[in-house]
Amino acid sequence: MSGQTLAQKVIARACGRARVETGEIVTANVDLAMVHDSSGPRRLKPVLERLGVDVWDPDKIAVITDHFVPAYDDGTREIQALTKDWVRAQNICAFHDQMGICHVVLPEQGHLQPGMFVVGGDSHSPTGGAFGAYMFGIGATEMAGVMATGKIWIMVPETIMIEWRGALQDYVTAKDIMLFLCGALGMDGGGYQAVQYSGSAISALSMRERMTLANMTAELGGQTGLIEPDRVTLDFLEERGVSPGSTDHWRTDADARLLAHHRFHANRLAPQVAAPHSPANARDISAYDKTPVSVAYIGACTGAKLDDLRNAASVLENRNPARGVEILVAPASVQDQEIAASEGVMKIFEDAGARILPTSCGICAGYGANRLGEDVVCISSTARNFKGRMGAPSSQVYLGSPYTVAASAIAGYIADPREVAL
Amino acid sequence: MTKPGRAWVLGDDIDTDVLAPGKYMQGGLSGLAAHCLETVRPEFASEARPGDVLVAGKNFGIGSSREQAAEALRHLGIVAVLARSFGGIFYRNALNLGLPVFRSDDLSEITDGEKVVMDIDAPSLTRTSNGEKIDLEPLPDFLLHMLHDGGLVPHLEKKFKRATPE
Repeated sequence: MSGQTLAQKVIARACGRARVETGEIVTANVDLAMVHDSSGPRRLKPVLERLGVDVWDPDKIAVITDHFVPAYDDGTREIQALTKDWVRAQNICAFHDQMGICHVVLPEQGHLQPGMFVVGGDSHSPTGGAFGAYMFGIGATEMAGVMATGKIWIMVPETIMIEWRGALQDYVTAKDIMLFLCGALGMDGGGYQAVQYSGSAISALSMRERMTLANMTAELGGQTGLIEPDRVTLDFLEERGVSPGSTDHWRTDADARLLAHHRFHANRLAPQVAAPHSPANARDISAYDKTPVSVAYIGACTGAKLDDLRNAASVLENRNPARGVEILVAPASVQDQEIAASEGVMKIFEDAGARILPTSCGICAGYGANRLGEDVVCISSTARNFKGRMGAPSSQVYLGSPYTVAASAIAGYIADPREVAL
Repeated sequence: MTKPGRAWVLGDDIDTDVLAPGKYMQGGLSGLAAHCLETVRPEFASEARPGDVLVAGKNFGIGSSREQAAEALRHLGIVAVLARSFGGIFYRNALNLGLPVFRSDDLSEITDGEKVVMDIDAPSLTRTSNGEKIDLEPLPDFLLHMLHDGGLVPHLEKKFKRATPE
């Protein structure tokens, strides 16, 4: 009998079994269910009332407000009031109100550990996979079912191993890896299976960079994006009061059967940019011949965590944006923004004339009061540039790393940070 | 159970921002549904009728987990979505909301606007013009039962009622 993948091991534990086989349909117990203010209480409340039940376990639920905050009209105020009332009525303690984007706040607040089986009411829930947890996104009705029963059915996925050997060059990041993969493998490259990232270039990534990888597995079409926990993971968790103990078990066995094993060399990877309107349009930055931009957006769970803010600021320091370029910065969490501020990073943005926006999903998801206008050309550190997602259907969004966004803001056109940052 | 309607033929990569634009996510379903597929087929929301079937290429429903993408289609009368492939979250959302979804590689002959009859139970799609019947792969039994109940919530309602005898 062959070994098991990390995905199989986590799902097996969630089913109370020693092992599970790929392709099996199993019913798993959910360790943690995360929702936000759009997919959460406003959708769950009517369903649970119709079923005549309360949540199965209030201690296994986290509610994080990040879509309709800050409230700016009666509709959004109503959603916030409903959210707070429901959390109170259901006795849910893990309520993180206006602290940032759910995928960043969840691990920040110590809710994730290796080996957990977690569902999130958002498509970027694979972010949790960076911690060796099996975490994936589901819709609101499916979530209501979890809230009522504490269980969910899952087909045990195959694992697609994506190995990056060598080391990334300076100014080349996890975001560039993910854009490259979307271009190389397509938006269905993950086949709704488990994607696992390995190799020396991956081990060298910080925890937040690993979160970027797992996060954009959504764009690769994987159900989740897993990284085996190691010292980097444990240091991050221990700093936040979480002590998972030994993580030796949470690995893919050497003899486990994989669906595919892709190998890439990180040394050769150039900064990537994906042209409108798909992440799969990713190409080497040299393919873009001075494409002018008017908005440079540093935001979202994908591209405005602490490392992202530091990276963008390192390029923008003592530089100004080109005439006609507006820089927008929406940090992914209050905590990351505060750390960035203490390091002088936020001052660099302010000195460059950037507009600092609230720590919410905001423009990335097309929510809220700020949206891209007609015909605007934007370079963005977010994950998705589908037509009309971030504003007017005529707006054009190019995706890049925070380094690339900052370099492009300075140049006034899509620019290589390895050249601009000299 | 069969229902006649027309086929709406769409291309690849129809994402959830096209199906349920973020701008309208704050409000209710009917307001949102009025803008469903607006950027690719502006007439869809006003001309879709009960019995109509969506026929799409690969990656239908990729993107967000917002189930309003499936809900809007159901609201507008779509009885099934057939596609070469689906975004994983959308696929589950559709089934949970009682909207049948089927993967097929045999859809390329279907033309936009042609009359079709969908049979959810067979499952198959019949093209009225030439009588051609396209057989579809049946869903696992437990998902079929859920669909017959009308989706996850009616299915759970039955379960919870059985558990609490009156």
